[in-house]
Amino acid sequence: MPAEKFDVIVVGAGPAGNSCAYTLAKRGLKVLQIERGEYPGSKNVQGAIMYANMLEKIIPDFRDDAPLERHLIEQRLWYMDDSSYTGVHYRSDDFNEEAPNRYTIIRAQFDKWFSKKVQQAGALLILETTVTDLCFSGGKVIGVKTDRAGGTILADVVVMAEGVNGVLGTKAGLRPRPKPDTVALAVKEMHFLPSDVIESRFNISGDEGVVIEAAGTITKGMTGTGFLYTNKESISIGIGCLVSDFAHTGKAPYELLEDFKKHPAVAPLIAGAEVKEYAAHLIPEGGYNAVPQLFGEGWVIVGDAGQFVNAVHREGSNLAMTTGRIAAEAIFQIKSRKDKFSAENLSIYQKMLEQSFVMKDLKKYKRLPDFMHGARDRLFGSYPELVSKAAQNWFRVDGKDKKSKEKEIVRSFVKARGVRGLASDAWKLARSWR
Amino acid sequence: MAETPTVRVEEKLYQNRYLVDAGRPHIVVAPHEKPSKELLLLTKICPAHCYEVNGKGQVEVSPDGCLECGTCRVLAEGSGALTWTYPRGGYGVLFKFG
Ligand SMILES: Cc1cc2nc3c(=O)[nH]c(=O)nc-3n(C[C@H](O)[C@H](O)[C@H](O)COP(=O)(O)OP(=O)(O)OC[C@H]3O[C@@H](n4cnc5c(N)ncnc54)[C@H](O)[C@@H]3O)c2cc1C
Ligand code: SF4
Repeated sequence: MPAEKFDVIVVGAGPAGNSCAYTLAKRGLKVLQIERGEYPGSKNVQGAIMYANMLEKIIPDFRDDAPLERHLIEQRLWYMDDSSYTGVHYRSDDFNEEAPNRYTIIRAQFDKWFSKKVQQAGALLILETTVTDLCFSGGKVIGVKTDRAGGTILADVVVMAEGVNGVLGTKAGLRPRPKPDTVALAVKEMHFLPSDVIESRFNISGDEGVVIEAAGTITKGMTGTGFLYTNKESISIGIGCLVSDFAHTGKAPYELLEDFKKHPAVAPLIAGAEVKEYAAHLIPEGGYNAVPQLFGEGWVIVGDAGQFVNAVHREGSNLAMTTGRIAAEAIFQIKSRKDKFSAENLSIYQKMLEQSFVMKDLKKYKRLPDFMHGARDRLFGSYPELVSKAAQNWFRVDGKDKKSKEKEIVRSFVKARGVRGLASDAWKLARSWR
Repeated sequence: MAETPTVRVEEKLYQNRYLVDAGRPHIVVAPHEKPSKELLLLTKICPAHCYEVNGKGQVEVSPDGCLECGTCRVLAEGSGALTWTYPRGGYGVLFKFG
């Protein structure tokens, strides 16, 4: 273990930790990064869609050598019942642009690449080492302890980029443990297929890619979503629901995934694939109200550890990168004026976050988790079936006149939920969307 | 949809890479006579099926196949039913893709 003192210790080499360590090292600070995995990414799970803009702000020329799978030209949103889906698809050739906006990635490869950049920028990385404790002196964090021999490693400030579980922060009493209704448990598999098979099944060519996000009865009444993303030679498929809902139903997550894979709309897309990995991970879904205290005497929290995920838009890694970068900029400011890393000085991190899209987006949807929870039986149970039946009624040509069909559709919704109920759901949804 | 056939999660875990820290389980269930409802629940919802009821009706954990998701910690650590840490650095699940 290094005996010298560092300006900054960053715990974790996910997108949040890497962005923070990179930005600090580039500006000449003495940075130590500690990661428990055998290699960066070996503990990390993502869908995974990567948003170019937020990475560009850190590494502008990342496209030159980052391991990218496909750039996305089509997004499908599916509302599913057990035998059908009603969907919106958006596809545009505009997404075949010079510098594409969204890519699929494979996290183990992407994190390795990012971490190499961090090291080239001058940060020192120690792998296969779990930080076990924060060290305090007079109420201030002054360093960390690890599961290796060598005692405490000292630093002026410690950045907790430790991911959704936030174990270190909880252990040190700086933040609560995530609650069952603020985290979703997602399970995911990697299905391998030749690239030409993927391209013909999804109607794409070259490096083009497709995203499917799905909701409905596939989560058996639980608040959650499924996803299916195309990579070059594989398809990432997964499904996740709030831990509190799993606790309520006692459903096995892998059975949910098996049923999703067998859905008549999904099965043909992955038919014949070779499965090479099964993973599970939590996703912070509590939104704005679940964000813990983010800074204190000698410490800050970035990324998933701060609950920075926008569940509506399935964005997380970009918020992780952005909060990591912003924390680094805040730290750099304090360091440049040779000031102390007191809570008061570090509060500029929070102020900078408030001005960024990160907090603005989380604030925009702050009512949504409650709405989703309150309406989950309908959103993930009766509504998908009603929508499917309505669509089927509408599209079937059976000699019934269209006006009667319209009436039947309206009646089926009113019968299931009542005019007041429908209006109330619509109102609450609109309010939580503002 | 047709009746769900039981999924063998062991077959899924078999595809994964692990470096097991033999003799040092990172999750330990507190000794108990009768399991709490959270512990019983974990026999169903742990995504790696690490929890099982033994012959005496108690819940045991064998975290060799653990995916380190944290679900059991979120549900049961607060009540003292288990202690939860990450495996020692380098050990545990090693995602090739993630
Ligand atoms: C199934 C799934 C699908 C997702 N899909 C998307 C998507 O499509 N797009 C998107 O933008 N986001 C997505 N997300 C969210 C995204 O993965 C996260 O928001 C992002 O990974 C958070 O980055 P992070 O750096 O904060 O945390 P992490 O990526 O979790 O990194 C934390 C790091 O810290 C290390 N660590 C933790 N504790 C210690 C310790 N004590 N000592 C040493 N090291 C430690 C870990 O090993 C890990 O490397 C998805 C998440 C899941 C689970
Ligand atoms: S951390 Fe997740 S995979 Fe591991 S035992 Fe707990 S619930 Fe199961």
